[in-house]
Formats: sequence, C-alpha cells, structure tokens
Amino acid sequence: MSITRRLFGGAALAAMMVAGGGAAQAQDNVRIALVVKALGIGFFEAAAKGAEEAAAELGNVEIIYTGPTDTTAEGQIEVINSLIAQQVDAIAVSANDTDALVPVLKKAMDRGITVISWDSGVAPEGRELHLNPSSNALIGNMIIKLAADELPDGGQVALLSATTTSTNQNTWIEEMNKVMGDYPGIEVVATVYGDDLADKSYREATGLMQTYPDLDAIIAPTSVGIVAAARAVEDAGKVGEVNVTGLGLPSEMAGAIESGASKSFAIWNPIDLGYSAAYLAYELATDAAEAGPGAEINMGRMGTLTLDDNGEGAMADPFVYDASNIEEFKSIF
Amino acid sequence: MTDAASPRHVPNRLQSPAARLLKSWEVLLLAVAVAIFIANSLASPYFLNAWNLSDATFNFTEKAMIAFAMALLIISGEIDLSVASIIALASTAMGAAVQMGAGTPELVVIGIVTGLLCGAFNGVLVTGLGLPSIVVTIGTMSLFRGISYIVLGDQAYRGYPSGFSYFGQGYVWWVISFEFVLFAVLAVIYGVLLHKTNFGRMVYAIGNNATGAAFSGIKVARVKFILFLLTGLMSGIAAICLTSRLGSTRPSIAFGWELEVVTMVVLGGVSILGGSGTIPGVVIAAFVMGLVTFGLGLLNVPGIVMSIFIGLLLIGVIALPRLWQKWRP
Repeated sequence: MSITRRLFGGAALAAMMVAGGGAAQAQDNVRIALVVKALGIGFFEAAAKGAEEAAAELGNVEIIYTGPTDTTAEGQIEVINSLIAQQVDAIAVSANDTDALVPVLKKAMDRGITVISWDSGVAPEGRELHLNPSSNALIGNMIIKLAADELPDGGQVALLSATTTSTNQNTWIEEMNKVMGDYPGIEVVATVYGDDLADKSYREATGLMQTYPDLDAIIAPTSVGIVAAARAVEDAGKVGEVNVTGLGLPSEMAGAIESGASKSFAIWNPIDLGYSAAYLAYELATDAAEAGPGAEINMGRMGTLTLDDNGEGAMADPFVYDASNIEEFKSIF
Repeated sequence: MTDAASPRHVPNRLQSPAARLLKSWEVLLLAVAVAIFIANSLASPYFLNAWNLSDATFNFTEKAMIAFAMALLIISGEIDLSVASIIALASTAMGAAVQMGAGTPELVVIGIVTGLLCGAFNGVLVTGLGLPSIVVTIGTMSLFRGISYIVLGDQAYRGYPSGFSYFGQGYVWWVISFEFVLFAVLAVIYGVLLHKTNFGRMVYAIGNNATGAAFSGIKVARVKFILFLLTGLMSGIAAICLTSRLGSTRPSIAFGWELEVVTMVVLGGVSILGGSGTIPGVVIAAFVMGLVTFGLGLLNVPGIVMSIFIGLLLIGVIALPRLWQKWRP
C-alpha cells in the first residue's frame, strides 16, 4: 500500500505543477463530444457522420465521437469522466440511463461544460436541453400505424423491444398504448425483450411465432430487434404471413424489404439528428443561444428547436421507408 | 502461477522461497503500472491533473473493494460470480427502503445486511451442501439480479437522501474522495488479515490442500463460509458507494462487474486455482486497470480497444513469469 500511496501522492504533486500549464493550452477549436450508448451501432455511426457535417459547416469545431463498449450507465460515466478531464467544450449524450448519469453530468456543468442530451434523454437537472428526434406521441402512433395499415381486417401483433429499462422504447410503447383505440381489431398479444442483442432478439422473435401461430405482425421499435425479427420470419418461412415493422436502419433493412419480410418501417434520419445535436451544442457552448423554457435555438439546415417547459424539443416527424425509397436510402445510413 | 504445471514449486504457505517469486510478480506489475502512468502523462496533457486523477479512481475503487474479498476467496480455492448481482439486490433493497422513508444510517445498514445475507446464502449452499461454488454462484448471479428485475422492472428508485450522496460523491480532503479512503483502509485491513493473521494462513492452507488443512485441525467449512460472508459484505459496501455515486437504482446496475473483479484479482497475481496471491498485488492491479482505462479514455480510444488492451495485459502479465521460468531455469 505504501508504494501505491507514494505513487499517487507523487502524481498529485506533479499535477499541481502541471495544472497551470494544462489549462493554459486551451485550443481554438470548439470541441464537442458526441457520447453514444455504445460504439459499433449503425445508428450512432450515422449520427456521428451528421455531427461531422455540422462541424464542417460551422468551421472551427472538432467532434469527439465516443461511447462505452456495452450499453451501461457505468461505462458512460467513465467516458464522461475522461471528457471532463479533457476539458471539452460540450457534451452531447444519448444516455443509457435517465438518472444514473445526472451526478457526473452535473459535475461537467459545474466545470463549465455545456451538456445536452439527444435521442435518449437525461433527467432535466443533468442537462441544459434534450433533443428528441421526433415526438414520442408521433413515434408511438407511427409504429402501430405501420402494422395496422397492412391489416385492414385487424389481427394479432406482438412487440419486440430492447431492454426492460430502455427509456426510449418504453415511452414509445406507452404512447402506442394510448392510441390503440384508433386501431380497432388490432390486438397486442405480447411484449418481449431482445436486449438489443441480435441473437437474443432472433430467439425471442422465433418464440413469438411459435407461441402465437396466428401472429400477423411483429413491431420492433429498435434497430437491432427489427433486423433480427425479419431474419427470424425469413428463416421460419413466414414471409407474407408475419409482417415485421417498427424502427430500423435502411441499410440493415434493405434485405428484409426486398424479401418481403418487412413491408415498411420508420426512422428519423440519424444524420439529421447528429447534425442537430452538434449544432445545438455549438450554439450553447459559444453562448450564441441559451437554453430555457420556450427558447428557440438555431439548428442550421434543420430549422429551429423550440423547447418546452422540461427543456425538451422535437426535431422532426419520423419518416417511412418502403420498397419505393429503400434503394435511395440504404447507401446513406 | 505456482500451481499444477510446476509441481515442485512450494507456494507461500509460510514465508517460503515462493515469497521471492511473488515479490517479483508485484515488482513486474508495479513496473507495468509506472510505465502506463508515464505513457499516459506523455500521451495526454490532461492526465497529470489532480482532479482528473481523482475522478479516475472512481473507475476502480468499488470493484477493488470486492476484489480484496474475492482474492481471499479465490486463494481458498472458491469463487463468487454473484457479486455484481449482490450489488443489484442490495441497491434495490436500499431503494425500496428510501420509498418507505429510510434515512442514510438505515440505508447503510440495509445495504450491508443485504450483502451479508446474500453472502451467507452462497456460503451455506457451498459449505453446507458441498456444492461447487462456481455453479452455486452462477445460479445466485441470476437469482439475485432476477429479484431486482421482478421488484423494479423498467422502473428506477430515486430520491436518495442528500446525506447519502457522500459515500459515492463526497471528498474527505481536497481531491481525496471518500471512496478512495475507504479503498485504502480496506486494502490495509485485508492485507493484514491475509498476511499477518492465523486466519490468513488458514486461507492459504485450504487453497493449497483442503484435505490436509482439515487434518491439521482447520475448520475448512467455517473459514470458507466466513469468506463468502466477507465477499457478500464487500459487495454490500460497494453497492452503497455505487448507488450513492449514481443517485439511483436500476436492476441493470453494475452489470458485468463480476468478470472485471475476477480480472482484477487474477491480474493481481492470485492463482485462479487457489493457494497463492497477495493483497498488494491486487491493489496494484486495481491501479493498472484504472490507469489503463482512464488513460485510453483521455485519448478517446474506443472501449472495445480498451477491452482488447486489458485482455492482452492480463495474458501478458500472466505469461511473462512463466516464460521467464522457462528461459532461466
């Protein structure tokens, strides 16, 4: 222990000497960190592309695209701690946990860093504003509408969600349940959780088709789940019987649209989302705008974001992809 | 590393010749830690900053607390894979108590008692029924977290009293956090327990030869039960710190930590087969893992690359002494 204590004590001493120098070499660029739920997810890679686009447009912006390996709050806290240490100018985070990130993000704000959340939100006390890709009510309605449009005579649908603790998916399913009255004859028979893992989602989708032989549609409001469900339908030879819909990425869903396992699905444009998040972070970090209830903040080519009393704003409506436009979008994201 | 492959080697039951080898292990690990420290300082202008280093300690303090107890357990030839799930259950119990109006002292008691109960449950199954600990704790790993999921579902417990935040967010003096002080105190306590007491020697004896130990008059089952109890206790304490740091409880809390704790213990030079290892080794391993993840984080290295690095480090540090032995008989 004595050795390690000496090691750490020495570090602290050295730190005091260097502290001044470290702060002095502030960089000219506005450094915006785009923190995602986990790296290696197509959606977030596309968002990073959008953020880079905003950076190119704004000129003096450096985007740091980062995130943990697994979708855990603890992993994101470690990442955010290292961003605080780097004295970035802004952190734009898609949170794995609404509440658990609040203390560390508060610390970031205390040290003068602009904090916004996008995609998956943080509780209001942990950020200056939250950018929703769309409004939850619209998404909740959209996912059931996509399924119902293909079922004029009604039928059985099942939900394949991400994890039981996924903020996004739970909110959308809640909103969907509110509008079920508008879709008579449509019955939600089950909700299962694939944990946003391809293999588990596949097994859960296969299980659904076995448990409910008359199933007409699987709604997966997650980009991992929808692809796995479509593959499960193809493998079970139920193309045409079970329609897979929900939220997915065009590049990953092109095959499913082609095979007919999925007739249509929706998603906002993650490029637009990353672009808007970076733009908003820049506006706040450079004091060009201030967040607050009713504030209207510039998002470049995406127009302006209007904040509600919770400091949240919606970017745009979700967009429907089907056989008519999949070719055009599959190469984009 | 002193096990099956080199049968003539005598592990450090008493301060045997093996002590020298183990010392060299820690020296090697310490050299790695210093090298990483220097590399980090050169690679990032932000590394040598007192507050940043203080923040970095949070990456490992909670896991290291459990690793101390886990080290003793592994030295005795057992393992506990349910530690992360004990955190989840203890945190859930504390969260439920908050909803019923419990204050900070009650929460601490609840966290610790839940940990002890879980540890006792593991201990009874392993020592009472004679079941293999790896099987038992894989079972309780699902069981404990499962209970949290049943209680909480997709909900979260919030509203912890403001005084409770001290354990995970408070500072004792300047940049020295409460968690770091607790980590240091526990390191000393476990170091003394393992290396300076009869109990510690019993742990080594059991790990080397449980039957022999039993014939020497050591109550093997009782010692192992106490070790499971200690591991549960440390998980409860880690749950208090982590819950306080996060300010909320979800059933997915500390997911996957059991493997990180075991990695820390093995990296610290504890033989996974039991019988040898030291607490200073585990302490250095905690720093190595903390410094690596934080240093790479400062360079914005993706997490998956960090995992690869930790994996290579683990294999490297374990393989090096063995290669050393082969080349210099």
